[in-house]
Amino acid sequence: MDQFIEQIITGLSIGSILLLVALGLSIIYGSMGIINLAHGEFVMLGAYAAWVFHSYLGLGLLASLVPIFLVVAAFGWVIERYVLSLLNNRPLDTILATWGVGIMLQQAVRLMVGSELRYVQLPPALSGSMDVFGLSVSSYRVFLFVVSLALFAATWLLMNRTTVGMKLRAIIQDRSVAASFGVNAKRVYALTFAYGAGLAGLAGALVSPLKSVSPDMGTGYVVDAFMVVVLGGVQSLAGTVASAFILGELSGGIAFLQNDTVAKALVLLAIVVLIRFRPEGLFTARVRA
Amino acid sequence: MSISRRRLLRNTAAFGALAGAGFPHIWIKNADLAHAAGGEIKVGVLFSLTGTTAIIEESLNKATLLAIEEINAAGGIKGSKIVPVVEDPASDPATFSEKARKLVVGDKCVSVFGSYTSASRKAVLPVFERQNNLYWYPTLYEGRECSKNVIYTGAVPNQQQDEFVPWLIKKFGKKFYLIGSNYIYPKEENNYCKKLLEKYGGEVVAEEYVPLGHSEFSSVINKIRSTQPNVIFSTVVGDSVVALHRQYRAAGLDPEKMPMASLTTSENEVAAMGGEAAAGHFTSAPYFMVHKSPENQKFVEAYKKRWGADKVTHFVSEACYFQAYLFKQAVEKLATSDLTPPNIRDAVKGQETIAPQGKVRLEPENLHTWLWPKIAQAKSNGQFEILVEAKEWLKPVPYAAYPGQSCTEKGLVEKS
Repeated sequence: MDQFIEQIITGLSIGSILLLVALGLSIIYGSMGIINLAHGEFVMLGAYAAWVFHSYLGLGLLASLVPIFLVVAAFGWVIERYVLSLLNNRPLDTILATWGVGIMLQQAVRLMVGSELRYVQLPPALSGSMDVFGLSVSSYRVFLFVVSLALFAATWLLMNRTTVGMKLRAIIQDRSVAASFGVNAKRVYALTFAYGAGLAGLAGALVSPLKSVSPDMGTGYVVDAFMVVVLGGVQSLAGTVASAFILGELSGGIAFLQNDTVAKALVLLAIVVLIRFRPEGLFTARVRA
Repeated sequence: MSISRRRLLRNTAAFGALAGAGFPHIWIKNADLAHAAGGEIKVGVLFSLTGTTAIIEESLNKATLLAIEEINAAGGIKGSKIVPVVEDPASDPATFSEKARKLVVGDKCVSVFGSYTSASRKAVLPVFERQNNLYWYPTLYEGRECSKNVIYTGAVPNQQQDEFVPWLIKKFGKKFYLIGSNYIYPKEENNYCKKLLEKYGGEVVAEEYVPLGHSEFSSVINKIRSTQPNVIFSTVVGDSVVALHRQYRAAGLDPEKMPMASLTTSENEVAAMGGEAAAGHFTSAPYFMVHKSPENQKFVEAYKKRWGADKVTHFVSEACYFQAYLFKQAVEKLATSDLTPPNIRDAVKGQETIAPQGKVRLEPENLHTWLWPKIAQAKSNGQFEILVEAKEWLKPVPYAAYPGQSCTEKGLVEKS
């Protein structure tokens, strides 16, 4: 029984990391319809930002979370403003452009700080373990779980309870009508993209104490993020959460019973089969169009 | 009948090709002379400077270049300078093979120093065997290879495990959890480990492989918790090593009770994961940066001076360094006109040099190297503490896990 609960908790922990990484993509892909292949590189930038803040400015991970969000969001804003906004309504070109931006970011980091692997210190307060249902669980993993849910809540509120969110939803429904009501679509898009990028940066910073930091670390995350968003249903934030935890439990569980290689293959296969029969994903937001 | 220019060209070309095929001796002789033209000896340096394994291969490139620069500064080889031709195979086996062909056929290098992964070595092997050239491979690897065109200066399984496994059993207990990345190297190492465990009364509680580049180890850690091994025997490579160690530590496991015993964690990986995450775990290898010897002191100082004070040396870069000296000794034995890869191979057989790890010797039978196994424990300052040093150097046995086979000068021999 203990083992079962332990495995559930592990799945939740894997799921929370998936959610962290996918949340930013869900906003950008779901709301703006941009297939952002540079998403993994935003994650990477966040991780490097955490490393820079720690090793050059002596800031702990927790203290640097807000600046990291701002820095990576600024990157996102610049890329939206000077690359993507010039490619409006050209989805294929956008894919190519974001891919190119991703490669450039990777190489830029490699040139500036070298290709060595880096690491970020665990915050001392969270380096121990704590009791969850009588089991000892790494405090940092519990912290990640809480943060991922908090970020989801913040994003949901932003989308559904603020003026910017309302404008964005209006643009998603019909850009020209929204514009004729005086909504500045360009500005809202730039802000949304920046927010998504900032979230990705946060994700990178938050996972960096558990994983390694390297220029090409983003490649793995972008695949995970797309799996989560596609399975959960584009345009559905709640779907993203659900699918992140479903994937977390599934891959954790299969990895425990079999091994990680099998888990990876089976999960991918399951998603492919599901998409074949339900192309819109598990959850769909009902939008009157 | 007029002879058109095109036909003339074609006929001439055909004749030329015939001549080339008919009198290969002329052509090969010319190629030989090109090998040491103008007091220069061209060698290839084939380590990835970009891509996934650039992280480690960059340091191999640096150690190789350092040794070549030192040899040249001391007057070269009998007055000839070694000229390194550096290529970047970008961590991709197909590019490795393409660049190897360029170095051997295009640049006419007499030898190539290169490769970290087994996949890249296997990819270039056909090039070197077909061209009868020589590849110098510095990495510890899984053994089970017997090429006449490769000089192996890294450890094979028996040189890393023969002392290590019984020592671990004695010190921690007999239950082993085998974990590795999912490719040939960890599987072959584990094959040999299982043989040793059987011999010394050990026991495998689980054997598991994770995908290359895997970074989520929570399920593995749960399994470790539930099987309670005495030793976690790890052949996980690359950035997965970092993730495994950091998550092991975050999960609150204790290296004193259940240490990881690794064949792949060097100073390089420790620097990447941070000393605290590595502290308390064990590695078996022929070389550690802290090893005390005048040669090693010289190597470490020169390396830091050339490439930066924050750089570390490790058991693969050390082999890169001493194999360049073995190359020098072999070439010294040859007359300039005899400078061909097969002659270099014959000259290097039985050569000895004082490497940073101790005196090493190239075994004439299988072209592997006699090395000095050591067992060390990682400390939080990022360095190792050497706990056990072999009293004698150890013979390389590339087919140790396969008693029916052995590698000899004539090639692979099946014993009946």
